[in-house]
Amino acid sequence: MKFKNIFVAFLVILLGWMLLTWSLELQSILLGVGISAVLSLLLCGSCTLFNEINLTPKAFAYSFWYLIVFLIELVKANIDVTRRVLSPSMPINPGIVKVETTLKSKMARLILANSITLTPGTFTIEINDDALYVHWIDVESDDVEGATKAIVSKFEKLLEVMYG
Amino acid sequence: MGETIKLIGEIFLLIGSFSLMTAAVGLLRMPDVYNRVQTGTKASTLGALMSFVGLAMMSFDHWQETNWVGRFLVLVIFILLTNPVSSHVLMRAAYAMKIPLSKLTSVDKLKEDINNKVLEEPKDE
Repeated sequence: MKFKNIFVAFLVILLGWMLLTWSLELQSILLGVGISAVLSLLLCGSCTLFNEINLTPKAFAYSFWYLIVFLIELVKANIDVTRRVLSPSMPINPGIVKVETTLKSKMARLILANSITLTPGTFTIEINDDALYVHWIDVESDDVEGATKAIVSKFEKLLEVMYG
Repeated sequence: MGETIKLIGEIFLLIGSFSLMTAAVGLLRMPDVYNRVQTGTKASTLGALMSFVGLAMMSFDHWQETNWVGRFLVLVIFILLTNPVSSHVLMRAAYAMKIPLSKLTSVDKLKEDINNKVLEEPKDE
């Protein structure tokens, strides 16, 4: 478990190094590997941030798929916002609804809350146990089941595979 | 090839600017602070993202000498991770300070649950 934390932190730091230096010379990569190893041992020796992450090929494929779904939702969100802001009558019907999630991992909940914020018309305000309180710019259903189905379920299926 | 990528980058930049303009108009037109934060966050996130992707494409010709592409990718990742979090904090602080919701609001489950003692009131820390 401890090794997995350090390994994931190492990969993240190395990715940042590669992007910032932007060179594929052996010297630069070896220096990056050394620095990433030291930093990940120092910073993540006792952290629990990546405990629940799954390191299987299926989880990687789902992460990639998640990114695509998320980007499509982000573009849809912006078309939605543009339509609401620029139309003269301003069709909004805001409200705060409650949704429930089955995810247990902290990291998965963080990603879920961020994704809800960047998808059409919804914005996470507060989290309490399994309940998320979401500000919805155009309330379609104010009961828990209907709101959960409309807001959470499309991300939850993918996140469950990524964080078991 | 280089010219085509540059043109696509310029179009991305234009869409990004338009998105940022939408965020500004949204701040002016929306009725209360919650809707303003909502439109501001979404539009400004995609606006900044599109602008950076467009700039990365425009500097793609010289990608071997300069490392702008990688730097812009790092910026995009950081914006995607941090922009929603800062907005959550703003929104939660606004709710903790009891800034009223607009009259158009149809339902407030958070208020109901605070009244039913399901959860504590968010503190203005």
